[in-house]
Amino acid sequence: MTSTPKLRTASRPLAPDATEITTALVVNGEPRVVVADSRVTLLDALRDRLDLTGTKKGCDQGACGACTVLADGRRVLSCLTLVAQCEGREVTTVEGLARDGRPHPMQEAFVRHDAFQCGYCTPGQIMSAVALLAEGRAKTDEDIREFMSGNLCRCAAYPNIVAAIREVADTGGTDARV
Amino acid sequence: MRAFEYVSTSEVEDALAASERAGAAYLAGGTTQVDLMKDGILTPERLVDITRLPLRGVLGTGSSLHVGALTTMEELAADPLVKHRLPVVREALVLGASVQLRNMATIGGNLLQRTRCRYFRDPAVAACNKRAPGSGCAAVTGPARMHAVLGVSERCIALHASDLAVALVALDALVHLQSARGTRTVPLTEFYLEAGTSPDLETVLAHGELITSVEIPLPAKTTRSGYLKVRDRVSYEFALVSVAAALEITDGVVRTARIGLGGVGSKPWRARAAEEVLRGAPATVSSYREAADAAVTGAWTVPGTAFKVELAERAVVRQLQTVAEMSR
Repeated sequence: MTSTPKLRTASRPLAPDATEITTALVVNGEPRVVVADSRVTLLDALRDRLDLTGTKKGCDQGACGACTVLADGRRVLSCLTLVAQCEGREVTTVEGLARDGRPHPMQEAFVRHDAFQCGYCTPGQIMSAVALLAEGRAKTDEDIREFMSGNLCRCAAYPNIVAAIREVADTGGTDARV
Repeated sequence: MRAFEYVSTSEVEDALAASERAGAAYLAGGTTQVDLMKDGILTPERLVDITRLPLRGVLGTGSSLHVGALTTMEELAADPLVKHRLPVVREALVLGASVQLRNMATIGGNLLQRTRCRYFRDPAVAACNKRAPGSGCAAVTGPARMHAVLGVSERCIALHASDLAVALVALDALVHLQSARGTRTVPLTEFYLEAGTSPDLETVLAHGELITSVEIPLPAKTTRSGYLKVRDRVSYEFALVSVAAALEITDGVVRTARIGLGGVGSKPWRARAAEEVLRGAPATVSSYREAADAAVTGAWTVPGTAFKVELAERAVVRQLQTVAEMSR
């Protein structure tokens, strides 16, 4: 990685005020380059430019958590993050959780506990749950509910989501870390 | 979203210079800025990304905690000194938003968050004195609930929704500012402007001026503090009413009292009249009731917000009882 230039701005102007920005980031362990209008969010870049459609667009205004990804290991909302802000950052999406062809223990637990109905919020729930374990916050069911509150599930699969997280936390919490 | 020029830099001076021109705005965590840009409420022509400036981290000196403006809410909440000496700050932080948002949102950005008034945030609503000065206020005549009752008038009842700022005004935090013309320090209680006659003017911050750090004086070790947040759902929701309280009680007498109110003010509300009532008063429920009464003096309500006055009074009494109990 070369050092960040002192001033990083447009490669070429589009409209009078718009700019196209080149952003080099690492997605699921692979270096990627996105050349996009400055308005493009990380969410849209993942889905429309990098063909990683696992990350879902729910409300697109930071309220539902469906777009949750990890940036440098921390869970964030990709819908309120501009991709231009991700220069040099490591992003992990739900597609990056599997290891050696096996789903992540959290993914397996979600299947085992039927922790979804329509499944639309599930990638965000799983990314948030994986981060929750890494944060060491899955100590009680009450804590799980509190620290998962940024992920809404309109099907209300909440009891099963808590059960899935509880199981991973109890049986292999630290191994479950990304 | 309107097109804009994106600029990123790792030098404070470059960021200040890049934001000088009209139409420029800063971008930190983006949780307010990007959201309101999507709705067309904010339309900067140039966005200066400040997330790589060296303004991140927490430093404790003997008497104060210095918080870099780009420290995230999660980082500040996890700081050991905050945990031990500033429980009211920690509680206000962790009761706000969600972990994802707290990983993004910065302390400087939290103080500058824009109101959640749904009329302000809806470009289809014409009457909003905050967005278009002189156009009126749709919230005063329309359904209102998540709106303010203190520091408001028929011109605007928009609420400042920060929890953190409520705790910080109670603690007399200071905001350090920098611009191309130099630096200055403003008490947080003087940083915000009441809606008054100009609801579009929210803070004393000049165009291009940047919050570089927030300084929180550490209360005496005998002080007990806490934050109570009353809301429609148990987590991930804005306050209907909140109370930040810090008390020093010896021999059953309140020596010092600091009270901030959230969910009720056009700005994070410092309840000085309530503090006056408590200073030197016996630490009893009747003192707390008198203080609560003083705290909501001057409330101006519309039908949808009338419930907040009694709710705020009761929340003040309950939180004073809770914090006083810790002093035993």
